[in-house]
Formats: sequence, C-alpha cells, structure tokens
Amino acid sequence: MSGLLRTEGVCCYFGGLKAVDNVDMQVEPGDIFGIIGPNGAGKTTFFNVCSGIYKPTHGKVYFCDQDISNMSQEAISHLGVGRTFQTTQLFQFMSVLENVKIGCHMGTKTNMFDAIFHTKTYRADEQYAEEKSMETLRNAGLEQYANTLAGNLSYGIQRRVEIARSLASSPKILMLDEPAAGMNRLETDALRDFLKELNAKGQTILLIEHDMKFVMNCCNRIMVLNFGEKICEGSPEFVSGNKEVQTAYFGSRTFGKDVEANAEN
Amino acid sequence: MSKIKAFVGKHRSLMLTAALVFAIVFPLFGFKKSMVRIFCRILMYFTLAGSLNITNGYSGQTSLGHAGFYCIGAYVMAILTTRFQISFWPVLLLSGIGAAVAGLIISVPTLRLKGIYLSIITLGASEVIRIIALNWEGVTGGSFGIKDIPRPTFFGFTFDSPLKFYYLFLGVAVIFLLISYRLIHSRVGRSWMSIRENELAAKSLGVRTAPAKMMNFAYGAFWAGIIGGIYAVYVQYIDSAVFSLDEGFNIMSMIIIGGQGTLIGPIVGSIVVNGLTELLRPIGVWRFVMYAALIIVMMWFRPQGLMGESNSILAGAKIKMRKAGKTGGKKEAIS
Ligand SMILES: Nc1ncnc2c1ncn2[C@@H]1O[C@H](COP(=O)(O)OP(=O)(O)O)[C@@H](O)[C@H]1O
Ligand SMILES: [Mg+2]
Repeated sequence: MSGLLRTEGVCCYFGGLKAVDNVDMQVEPGDIFGIIGPNGAGKTTFFNVCSGIYKPTHGKVYFCDQDISNMSQEAISHLGVGRTFQTTQLFQFMSVLENVKIGCHMGTKTNMFDAIFHTKTYRADEQYAEEKSMETLRNAGLEQYANTLAGNLSYGIQRRVEIARSLASSPKILMLDEPAAGMNRLETDALRDFLKELNAKGQTILLIEHDMKFVMNCCNRIMVLNFGEKICEGSPEFVSGNKEVQTAYFGSRTFGKDVEANAEN
Repeated sequence: MSKIKAFVGKHRSLMLTAALVFAIVFPLFGFKKSMVRIFCRILMYFTLAGSLNITNGYSGQTSLGHAGFYCIGAYVMAILTTRFQISFWPVLLLSGIGAAVAGLIISVPTLRLKGIYLSIITLGASEVIRIIALNWEGVTGGSFGIKDIPRPTFFGFTFDSPLKFYYLFLGVAVIFLLISYRLIHSRVGRSWMSIRENELAAKSLGVRTAPAKMMNFAYGAFWAGIIGGIYAVYVQYIDSAVFSLDEGFNIMSMIIIGGQGTLIGPIVGSIVVNGLTELLRPIGVWRFVMYAALIIVMMWFRPQGLMGESNSILAGAKIKMRKAGKTGGKKEAIS
C-alpha cells in the first residue's frame, strides 16, 4: 500500500446524516487530484476528515502510510498536510507578509528563551521567515500586497494569499477547498496556471472545485462525490464521459438519488 | 493622533530614550512624597496591566482573573520574607514563578473554552485564590494579613522611600517592556497573535495552540506575581481584601482604555486611570461610576483603546461596518 494521502472506507456521519460515506481515495505524489460533486455532496467534510478537523466515524486516513485518523489538526499539519478553507480563514487584521510569516511557523523553532535572548536560533529563524515569506509572495505574484492588510484585499487575492500562506510551510500535499470560488474568469485562469506551475515543480495538490472546466483543465485525476459517496473516479476524459456523473451534476437531486442506488460501478 | 504615531514610529529609538531619560530624571525635582507614590502606582499598574495585555491583547484569551496572580506573588513574598527570613531578590523570582505555575494550572481547563466561558473560569480562579488567602490562617494570617514585611536591600542600599521604589518599579517596567517586545516580535508572539486572529487557521499552519496558550498565560501571570512581590515590600502590609475582583477589573479597565494588543497602551491606560483616581478623589465612590462610563464610551467609540490601531481585530466591528458600507452587497453576491 502506498500513495501520499490514502483513505480507506472513510465515513463521516452527523447524527443520521451520512455526509461522507465509505470513500476510498489514493493521491499519488505529483498528482493534481480533483474532487468534484454537487453542493452538499460532502467534499468539504471529506477534507475536514483528512486534515483532522473531524474524526472519521468509520474508516482510516493514511498519510505517507501513517494512520492519521485520530490525530489532532496540528499534528497532521506538522506531517506536511497544508490546506485552505472554503470560506477564507486569513488573519484579516494582519498584513499579507505577517500572514505568510505565520505560515513559516513549522519551518522555524524559536522558543521563548531564544526570543528573549536573541539567540542564534532566533536570528536564523527571523531571517528564514523573512526570506521564505518574500520568496513565497514573489512566486505567487503577491509581492506588491506584502504590507497591505489581508482583510482589505479583493476576494480573489485573499484566496491567493491563503494559498501562499499554506505554501510557506512547504507542505507535502496542498489541499485547496474551492480555490477559484469568487474569482473572475481572469483570476481563475491565472490561478490554474499558477497551480500547474507549482505542480510542475513537484507540488502534490488535492483540490475541491465546483467549476467543471477548471477541474478538467487542471487535474490529472478526478473523484466525484454525490450524497457522500464516491460515484466515479478516473482521468478527466473518463469522468466527463461518465453518464452517472452527468446526471449527478446536471440533473436534479432526485436524479442524484437514482445514481446513488446504482453507484457501485 | 495618526500624525503623532507616524512621527513616533519614525524616531522610535530616539523617542524611547527620551521617554526613559525623562522617567529617570523628572521625579528628582522635589515632588512631594504623596506625588511620588502616585508615580509608583502608575508604573506598578503599567506592568500589571501590561502583563494582562499579554493574555488578553495578544493571544485574545480574555482573562478577568489577574488579581489572583498578583495576590499569589504578594503572599509568596510576604510569607517567605517574614517567616523564613529569605532575602528579597530570590523570593521575588519565586513570586513570579509561583504565579506562573498558578497561571499554567488555570490555563488547562480554559484550553477548550472561549470567550465568556474562559473569562468566568479565570474570574472564579481569582476569587478562589483570594478566599484561600483569607481562610488559610496558619499560613496567610487570615483576615489579619501579614505585617512588618521587611524592606528589600541591594548591596547595602535599602529601599526605604517612595522615590527608591519608584526606580525599582521603573526598572521592572523597563525589563518587562523589553522582554515582551522581543517575544511579541518573534515566532512566539506571532503564534499568540495567530490564535487571537483565527484559531482554525493557526492550527492549519501547525501552531500548537494548547501549549502556546499555556505559555502565554504563564508569562502574563509571572509578571503579575513579580509586581505582587514588590507591592508586598512596598506597602509592608498585605491582606486578602486588596486582591478582590474589583482590583482585577481595575487592571482590566486600564488595558481597555489604553488599548489591548499594543505595548504602549497599558502605559497610557495606567496614567489615565491612576490620574483620574487622584483627580476624582473629591467625589468619593462616584468616581467608579465615572470609570464605568468611561469604559462604556471607549468600547462604543474606540474599542481598540486610545493607542490601539484602528485596523486591529479589536476595532473589528467598526471596520466591518465601514466595509459593508463601501462595497455594498458585493460580498454577499459572491458567497
Ligand atoms: N458540522 C456539521 N454538522 C452537521 N452537518 C454537517 C456539518 N458539516 C457539514 N454538514 C452536512 O454535511 C453535508 C455535506 O456538506 P459539505 O461537506 O459542506 O458539502 P460540500 O462541501 O460538498 O458542498 C451537508 O448536508 C451539510 O449540511
Ligand atoms: Mg464545500
């Protein structure tokens, strides 16, 4: 068994609601893996299970073959899982640079002693945080916003800042929850190019997206969720040609139920 | 205000040196003892309020129980110097450490709590500490308190006048400010502020929020304990009544008025509140009504405090209102 991030029969129930039901997924190093599905399909919940915000009701999540199903959110971050949120969770009242510097938290180790006595560790860490943050901002094309308050930026730029902040922690896998939501066409295309560029440099990406075109253009592998269950997985061509996916996506919810019934393909 | 701030920002080290020289020199110009005592209070409360500001202002954990830590520091000093004749300086450190340990213990049940629930636990803890001090007669002297606390000495030099204590309080305030400045402007301070701003995001970036909050609490409590220790030898008599919830709120009012989450705010808060205490002495207890009114006015018109940034999270409500006015329904349409 391998894969960078792997789930086995993951379920997440809220009372009687099966938000995620028996999902197997395997993201390989170097993938841009897309998760699509109609609203309320359980995509965000699935992300939250993978990043430790929710514990799976059943099933296991593995990262680098290590069982992370019951680990805390912080511990999972430390293993190299970076993520963004569907509703951006920036430090609104801090500058963009400060936001990204906090992204360098895991790459530095200054403790109170180091900070008080300005030890070597402190000086090395401050330099690292400054340089790494500026480099990350430059790569993300956000340099000119370094000293702007995050909360004052446009929605699309905020999303990009959140991605940059996560990248500053050099995650092994970058999980993006609807990164293009709220972006205009231009910003969306730029984001797609940015993600492809990152991926070409070796960054593994797992993303949720609503915009079919975006996913089809961007991802090398796609998983489709509907009513919490996986209904299809494969290359973009395979998925877009799949009848069930089309019903689930373009049909109404009642059609979706039929799909659910014969989902075991 | 913003112009002054820009000027100060540009000449920061010069301004700080000037302020320090002023603080050192001006009490020498023959003030009355009662006046010097007020200066002592201002400096003492600056460090107390400043240490509360570390928890409330920087990590956003609204503690109302600061008087409890202050109480522990004072009693550690009073007990060890009167009963065991240990000298002032090592005990001062123990006052701080004792309060810090209490801070650590109290922070544990608050880790999973937020907002009002956390505040209530700290409030309760502060009262528990005071009630222990009141009732553990064998050790604390109960309601009689502890008297004849010996004056500290420093290489044969005895702290026996308000002026000498003024310099002791000033020294502690400067050390507190320096160390806190360094912490705030480091990975440690950034992790505290990330918790204040957005805990979910902080965790997603690997900030271990539980230990960070505990250290934050302990650090704030440490300085309250240090001030408690000095207070004990300054007034030479302590009893539990001093460390009531009123005292906790008094400290709290200084950071609300001065500005939370800024290092300079507590200085301003301490000057304003202690200054008003003196000016309003003629109206007796009515001055508490004035404080309450002042706090309400501040919360309404300037929630970030006198010195706070208008763009801090503490002024958040106002920013959101302004933004909603500017961008209209645009945001709504997007989400
Ligand atoms: N914390 C929660 N408690 C209860 N129900 C939830 C919770 N989070 C999500 N859900 C429900 O789970 C389902 C899946 O939601 P979500 O994962 O957000 O879907 P998606 O991201 O695919 O739009 C929805 O019906 C939603 O209402
Ligand atoms: Mg979602």
